[in-house]
Amino acid sequence: MNMRIVIAAASLAVLSSTAHAGCGINAGSVRIGGNDFPAIQAVSGAAKACDGGGVTVSVDLNKDHKDRQVAALTANPAEFTTSIINNSALVALMNDGLAQPLDDLIAKHGKDLQAMQKVTIDGKVMAVAFMANAQHLFYRKDILDKAGVGVPSTYEEVLAAAKAIKDKGLMDYPIAGTYSGWNLGLEFINMYHGHGGEFFKSGSAEPSVNNAKGVATLKMMKALTAYMNPDFLTYDSNAVQADWEAGNVALTNLWGSRAGAVTDGEGSTAEIESNTMFASAPTVAGQSIPATTLWWDGFAIAKNASGADAEATFITMMNGISPEMAAANVDAAPWLIKGAVPQPTDAGVLASAQGGAKPYPMLPYMGAMHSAASAEIVDFLQGKESAEQALADLEAAYIAAAKEKGFL
Amino acid sequence: MPHRTFISFIWPSALAMMLFIALPIISVAIQSLYIQHEQVIETVKNCGPFGCTESVVVNVEATEKIRAEQPLGRFNALGTYTNRNHLAFAEIAAAWKASANWSGFFAAITNLPFYKALFFTLSYTLVVTPLVILLGFFVALAVNRLPSIFKGPTIFFSLLPMIVTPLIGSLILFWMIDAKGIIGGSLQLLFDDPDLSLKASPTLTWITLFVYGVWHHAPFAFVVFYAGLQTVPKDILESAMIDGANRWQQIRHVVIPHLIPLGVFIALIQLMDNFRVFEPIVGFNASASATSLSWIIYNDLRTGDGTTLFGSAAATSMLTILGVAILLAPVLIRAWRANQRMA
Repeated sequence: MNMRIVIAAASLAVLSSTAHAGCGINAGSVRIGGNDFPAIQAVSGAAKACDGGGVTVSVDLNKDHKDRQVAALTANPAEFTTSIINNSALVALMNDGLAQPLDDLIAKHGKDLQAMQKVTIDGKVMAVAFMANAQHLFYRKDILDKAGVGVPSTYEEVLAAAKAIKDKGLMDYPIAGTYSGWNLGLEFINMYHGHGGEFFKSGSAEPSVNNAKGVATLKMMKALTAYMNPDFLTYDSNAVQADWEAGNVALTNLWGSRAGAVTDGEGSTAEIESNTMFASAPTVAGQSIPATTLWWDGFAIAKNASGADAEATFITMMNGISPEMAAANVDAAPWLIKGAVPQPTDAGVLASAQGGAKPYPMLPYMGAMHSAASAEIVDFLQGKESAEQALADLEAAYIAAAKEKGFL
Repeated sequence: MPHRTFISFIWPSALAMMLFIALPIISVAIQSLYIQHEQVIETVKNCGPFGCTESVVVNVEATEKIRAEQPLGRFNALGTYTNRNHLAFAEIAAAWKASANWSGFFAAITNLPFYKALFFTLSYTLVVTPLVILLGFFVALAVNRLPSIFKGPTIFFSLLPMIVTPLIGSLILFWMIDAKGIIGGSLQLLFDDPDLSLKASPTLTWITLFVYGVWHHAPFAFVVFYAGLQTVPKDILESAMIDGANRWQQIRHVVIPHLIPLGVFIALIQLMDNFRVFEPIVGFNASASATSLSWIIYNDLRTGDGTTLFGSAAATSMLTILGVAILLAPVLIRAWRANQRMA
């Protein structure tokens, strides 16, 4: 008797799941791998709803996804049929030819995509972008008011505001920055862009950062660290967010995808959250463009996925980045999806983009430059060597790595 | 033992050592002599959410073709070993010519990534190893004197630092030494310096790592010495007492000579372990102030932006093996001589 009920219930469950799930896909295996932050959790959660009825959808998010995706997609069949990537991570896949062109799939299943969502390289769509991201200014309105300064629009004003806050005894360390490891390299890249610098000699992979703009970039970074917690070299985005939510910081240059997280009513007080405002990344040294880089997040489909799996994956991901998903998670990110309305938390990213901030360079050898910057400017920030020496070290470390990778 | 019996006993472990130790080392050694092929680069138009630009990409088909012809890469002989990120012969020669005095020369050398890491690794090994042996010895002596009902619990708690996973142990300590943590906060009160931070200055970071290393490894030395103390011959101790030796003299002339072989064993294991120091640097987020040889290998392998440097990591690995061999040589030679004498 009992057995019969169980069987009936089970078959009912199977029937109902085939009726609702599957997103119209008959068969296939969809394996999603990606970075782990709220916006990507929203996308992969919506994609996971397609699970069932012949198609299986698995999701594996990890904050170190960029370090594992090349190995995962090199395997045949690929460990992940789709990798959720950004401009930098796509380059790593392109360097090894691990992503497949999406033009045919878009023609069949991607009619809702906007033109700007299609990341086209040499005429072929290699990825579909669904959100924008950039590091931009977060500021505490109440603290700036008490210190009697306006919202800074240049880094020189950021320094002046920090000095006013410190002099009035409002905070000991008014500025925070993501100054550890890979993040430190990105802060250098952002600030160097803001100074109008070029990383490579035109048309080659030869480095060209050891110049007056490079020195000015390092001096500005060092000036900012004077107003940071002495442990600044150990701060990543999580640490900066925690310090912000604890009310220890009034000015920081943090990711747009953290704007929702610091105003979500959790982990902080209402007073801090209601006074947390967002603005464009500041400009520096009299230049006109914000000192930041623009990023997009999107998905690419593995070359080593079978035709059926690739199609199932594409349809699943289109469900993941549907306008309904964006409408249900408005605060999670500045969505690039059709019909998405900009939110107050998107203001910083949008203002930075409108201000003319440059996208993070999609060059095959940019990763080597980034790694060298992360490692070699530490000595200067600790006061152990001159800016010129740090930049010479940066170039030397880059050249050694680029030679080994075959770029020089 | 007849050769036949010996071989039948030894072959499973010999085979396992061959497969899992010797072959991988040979493969790494070969890898270290090669670098990647020249990449075929082409300029293309690149469009995305932020507009279109002229950019360059790797021509995958052309690169694949070269790769298929020579799967190992370009032969670079010892080029990777001598480049700036490893032994840096050219940079050292230049520094020798450019620097006026020894301290300038030394600063130029410790500015190179390999020597910077080697300097920390050696300092860590040479500071932590003797302290571990000393601390382990004194803890063992103290525990040995305890009344027997306290012995069990004390031994258990003394072993805890070794039982805790290294990464977890270092993370816990990392939070405790934070300026807002219990140790960091107490030190600020004690020294009356609100800006004191163990994570900020390289010197204090080094000391923190040394302290962590001693804390983590001392139980190993303790447990080995404690086992050794149980075998100290009672009759010799008693005759020493009858001769009027005080407690210190008994330790100095009976216990220590008896435990020296164990000390050599601990020194060997600790030299090897400490030379490969790695987890605390990750746990303490200390790579800005302290890098070790293992950490540079890890850093070469994990960079995910398409820049994994297999040749570079392989070269550092071979240099690490060489370093361990050099460090262990004096101890091994000593042990071998002692063996000869006994035979």
